[in-house]
Amino acid sequence: MQKPKTKQFDKTNKSREGWLKGLAPFIALAVLLILNALFVKNFAAIEIKDGRLYGSIIDIFHRATPVLLVAIGMTLVIATKGIDLSVGAVMAIAGTVSAILLTQTALPVPAIILIGLVVGAICGMWNGSLVAYLKIQPIIATLILMVAGRGIAQLLTDGQKVTFESKAFEFIGTGSIFGLPATIYISAVVFIIAAFLARKTVLGTYIEAVGGNQTAADYCGVNTAHVKLFVYTFCGLCAALAGMIATADIKVADASNVGMYLELDAILAVVIGGTLFSGGRFNLSGTVAGALLIQALATGILMKGLGVEYARIVKAAAVIIICFVQTEYFRSFVSRLLDRRRLPV
Amino acid sequence: MKLSVKHIPLLATTAVCIALYAIGAVKFDGFATSQTLLNFFVDNSFLGIVAVGMTLVIISGGIDLSVGAVLALCSIFLAVLMQQYGVHPAAAIPLVLGLGSIFGLLMGAVIHYFKLEPFIVTLAGMFLARGLAAIISLESISIRNGFYDWVMEFYVPLGPVGVPLTAIIFIGIVLFGIYLSTFTKFGRNLYAIGGNEPAAMLMGLPIGKTKLMVYAFSGFCSALAAVVYTFYGSSGDPSIGVGMELDAIAIAVIGGTLLQGGSGFVFGTLIGTMIFGIINTGIAFQGTLSSWWTKVAVGVLLLMFVALQKLLSGSFQGRKSG
Repeated sequence: MQKPKTKQFDKTNKSREGWLKGLAPFIALAVLLILNALFVKNFAAIEIKDGRLYGSIIDIFHRATPVLLVAIGMTLVIATKGIDLSVGAVMAIAGTVSAILLTQTALPVPAIILIGLVVGAICGMWNGSLVAYLKIQPIIATLILMVAGRGIAQLLTDGQKVTFESKAFEFIGTGSIFGLPATIYISAVVFIIAAFLARKTVLGTYIEAVGGNQTAADYCGVNTAHVKLFVYTFCGLCAALAGMIATADIKVADASNVGMYLELDAILAVVIGGTLFSGGRFNLSGTVAGALLIQALATGILMKGLGVEYARIVKAAAVIIICFVQTEYFRSFVSRLLDRRRLPV
Repeated sequence: MKLSVKHIPLLATTAVCIALYAIGAVKFDGFATSQTLLNFFVDNSFLGIVAVGMTLVIISGGIDLSVGAVLALCSIFLAVLMQQYGVHPAAAIPLVLGLGSIFGLLMGAVIHYFKLEPFIVTLAGMFLARGLAAIISLESISIRNGFYDWVMEFYVPLGPVGVPLTAIIFIGIVLFGIYLSTFTKFGRNLYAIGGNEPAAMLMGLPIGKTKLMVYAFSGFCSALAAVVYTFYGSSGDPSIGVGMELDAIAIAVIGGTLLQGGSGFVFGTLIGTMIFGIINTGIAFQGTLSSWWTKVAVGVLLLMFVALQKLLSGSFQGRKSG
């Protein structure tokens, strides 16, 4: 344990560290993209076909969308010191519900998407109520829906895959606007909404307050239960949207595979992005970089001709390294190094 | 043993188990036979073994998400060792058990020394183990050798039924788990650390050693479950055990283990495994229901027991501070 030197010194030290940490995911993403471009053939190539841009980089943005959307919702949940394990199951439910409505009713597509979102919001509210009102630990509260949710999705379809044909619905998965995939626009809109809520309204402060010190937030008059209910509902909405996009992308509602292990990728994206598990601080743009990083990794490894299993190993290494960098152990080590350089004995 | 509030979830679980069994016995012919009863142990032996390790980890206040992946890794490694390299089972099995334990030990070391969340470390362990398993082999490999033939034939006669080795190993590890958690210093330390880690540290309990040991034990259980799986299915498979970590956690919670740590029973985990088996078998006997109902039923049970724990935890807290 070191005594703080002077106030001024400490402050600059901290802000420099914070600034670096905020930028770290972007630097990592840039490095990875450059490495990919150097070592993977045709990685940086972008071509225009039928008025639409094609290329690995566009593909990364497109394929990262489900993880990205879920990770944005997850960021807010983790910021309140929570976690949502049920996102994959919610994706399956929303995807299945939309596919069933498409095949069995004549509802217009916007209405179907809206119903899908409502289903996601209900799932999120269920999680949120368990956490906020019954005060069940987030891991176990969302585990319930994670276990039961995929079962529910399967029961809705009797365990069958539901295929559908609907140009309008497929648009959210495969369509393009001004040459770019529609998914990029959807991600951007969701990100802007989340960023607006978190940075331009008081909600962001409340979320940080709940995650930082719930008791203190309670005493300050923050309705912590409502804040929690909100973040889980928002996460449910994001997951439902992601589920519908994933379903529209492959034109099949496959309840046993859609969103499988996606909760883990989303959590990984959030952690890479610099949001701490201990709650209280979050970094939405870092999360976006994290999600893109994960997809860039997977795409690079696949384009190298290696199997998905290598991507898993690299991910495992990434998790450990990133978490290690965030630890007190590592930070005290670095600050000792910095101190030594600045204050020669 | 005095009955206290922490026994209530265990009693509730036992009651649910008996009730479910009674319903099954009344509704379906052949449900109440000793063979069906035995099958609860046989069919869920590897899940139950994993759940025993998970229970101890949860009691210590941690969690282990890597169990299913470690099971898959160990099973495929075992199969490759024996089928492709001709290693004798007597050497291959201990080797795999050691591998699983070391894998767990390493995760425990990372958790303890770097002060990282068990959740995230074991998540990374899960990715790592799944990746390694897929690199060893993408396809399942069937196992053929004299020892496995002998295991398949091996039964201990018990009344009208023969108990296979898989069930014996399962019961053995449950008994060992009960012994570890109740009658050893290690077990007492687990409860103390799970209940209140700073207090345990101030009391001078060996926190690091205990944490390393408990994750190593969980890794050992996963490896043992892999061995049992190869006995059961005569093959190693890199894709088994997906989602098994969640089933194991659910079983532990249904068995009365508190996810906050510090309270729980390995015996409850045995009952939880039985409930899991009864639901599975009941749905199979029913015939018309989709097997996905199992998932929904487990989810509902999980909710019930979590709510029950919540109801009781008020009195827990009172006891702790009082």
